[in-house]
Amino acid sequence: MRQLMKGNEAIAYAAIYSGIKCFFGYPITPQTEIAAYMAENLPKNGGVFLQAESEVSAINMVYGAAGAGFRVMTSSSSPGISLKQEGISYIAAADLPCVIVNVMRAGPGLGGIQAAQSDYFQATKGGGHGDYHLIVLAPASAQEMAQMTVTAFNLADKWRMPVMILSDGVTGQMMELVDLSKLPEVEYYEKPWAANGRRGRNHHNIINTLYLSPEDLEEVNARQEEKYGRIREELQDWEEYGVENADVIVTAYGITARIARAAIDRAESEGIRVGLIRPRTLWPFPSKAFENVSGKKILCAELSRGQMVEDVRLAVNGRASVDFYGRCGGMLADEDEILDEIRRLANE
Amino acid sequence: MNNILKKPDSITDVPFHYCPGCGHGIAHRILGEVIDELKIKDKTIAVVPVGCAVEAYDYFDCDVMEAAHGRAPSVATGIKRCMSDSVVVSYQGDGDLAAIGTAETIHMAARGEAVTVIFINNTIYGMTGGQMAPTTLPLQITQTTPFGRDVLTQGYPLRMCEILSQIKGPSYIERCALDSVPHIRAAKRAVKKAVEYQIRYSAYSFVELLSACPTNWRLSPTEAVKRVGSDMVDYYPLGVYYDKFSEGE
Repeated sequence: MRQLMKGNEAIAYAAIYSGIKCFFGYPITPQTEIAAYMAENLPKNGGVFLQAESEVSAINMVYGAAGAGFRVMTSSSSPGISLKQEGISYIAAADLPCVIVNVMRAGPGLGGIQAAQSDYFQATKGGGHGDYHLIVLAPASAQEMAQMTVTAFNLADKWRMPVMILSDGVTGQMMELVDLSKLPEVEYYEKPWAANGRRGRNHHNIINTLYLSPEDLEEVNARQEEKYGRIREELQDWEEYGVENADVIVTAYGITARIARAAIDRAESEGIRVGLIRPRTLWPFPSKAFENVSGKKILCAELSRGQMVEDVRLAVNGRASVDFYGRCGGMLADEDEILDEIRRLANE
Repeated sequence: MNNILKKPDSITDVPFHYCPGCGHGIAHRILGEVIDELKIKDKTIAVVPVGCAVEAYDYFDCDVMEAAHGRAPSVATGIKRCMSDSVVVSYQGDGDLAAIGTAETIHMAARGEAVTVIFINNTIYGMTGGQMAPTTLPLQITQTTPFGRDVLTQGYPLRMCEILSQIKGPSYIERCALDSVPHIRAAKRAVKKAVEYQIRYSAYSFVELLSACPTNWRLSPTEAVKRVGSDMVDYYPLGVYYDKFSEGE
């Protein structure tokens, strides 16, 4: 069942396939196709589409729906995601499952509407106030947009935490064939903690993020950290190509990895031994992918001024050189420029 | 011996942290009694605010969600849109509802969400120690208006019932005061009617309760309650501002 669709539409289709009850959003380029698709299709499937008065309100509607135990999603693009950070912090604090999509555009400020990857820090290091993480997935195609959306809902419910799909304006807007028969199975989890009305329960459920006693709050922080530790062990996911025999390894995620792959193919035809590590989870960062890179030369390519490269350096921990190539402001990575960097590193 | 006065079943045994003379205790009791009388504890979800009522999740025996400051209307919307058979009450103070959450307040009313809002107006930020609220009266002294609220530089108090009654979405809007037995009885009738409207008509309802804050007003409980009935009622007239389904009672 192959269908030509935009990456944004693939996300929306897969969210409905995953059984979402509600979508709350606010218009912003380049992600608005998600809201438009939801407005047309979610009510037909028994769900609720609601355009909120702001990103701030939309994310708090997500808090309410998630707290009541329903599958819920919101989507936005970089400036809108900044507005949502308050709510995301509360959702993370309350251990509520939901899916948040960021189709990144260039910043800071209002920035531009072209694709970027400059929200990596915000997505993977927390984003709002307090000690917390989101699970962050990085699709590189419309097919992965669809697949990772289903995975995101499964992970959110399994781990009781928000999951972010960190995409970009190109992957969101580009039309590609998507095989809709290749979506993961939808998993369902009981939610006895939900505040959905007591309905015969012998106690009341409370969704809360306030702990006035420092001892209690430290315990909450520790419990979450223990969960994050298990996630770091279990969820690291990446795609790799030719790493073992490579002299040069390019690492990149999302659309940049696809451009890098084209440069790698050309470098190989010139006889350069070059490989690729493409993180599919950004948090947890796939440090395990970098376990056997001693003595190699690593090139991290991003549509930013250098964000993921910091996690690459931490993972490599001095065992290999790490160079950076980045374009920003909405400019795309250039295949020729990446090829030049690969050649330069191979000849050093 | 008959027990003629007891705690509502919908209120827990946790001792309230409220100051003597504070209106929150009365407002909680009113809402608890209404939930009991309408037999809706099993399907009610209360959304409670940031402010002095921040710990209300421990006081109501129904399911409760604690919202971010000003965001209770959005949280309530999220809940109600998922469960149309539930009863959702958004309990908020003046800073929460009329300053940081004004947009959420107005747009939930515009959408006519089937939610009941209980608005505690005590003209001050109580939890943070008594700063100017959006409802602080002209010339009122607070921590952040030490010379009295100067409306030329610090703006005019917002009258939320009047503002919301300009919007088509709501079904019921009333302002009451918690300063005397007759007024408290009227407040109970208003809250009950508001919740009944939510259930019967799937409609938005809003009840403002003028309430005392003796601690931050620097008044005795008796003097503070008197101020509710004088200065506050002068600026915030009591009454029904909108009743979509009035049956000419």
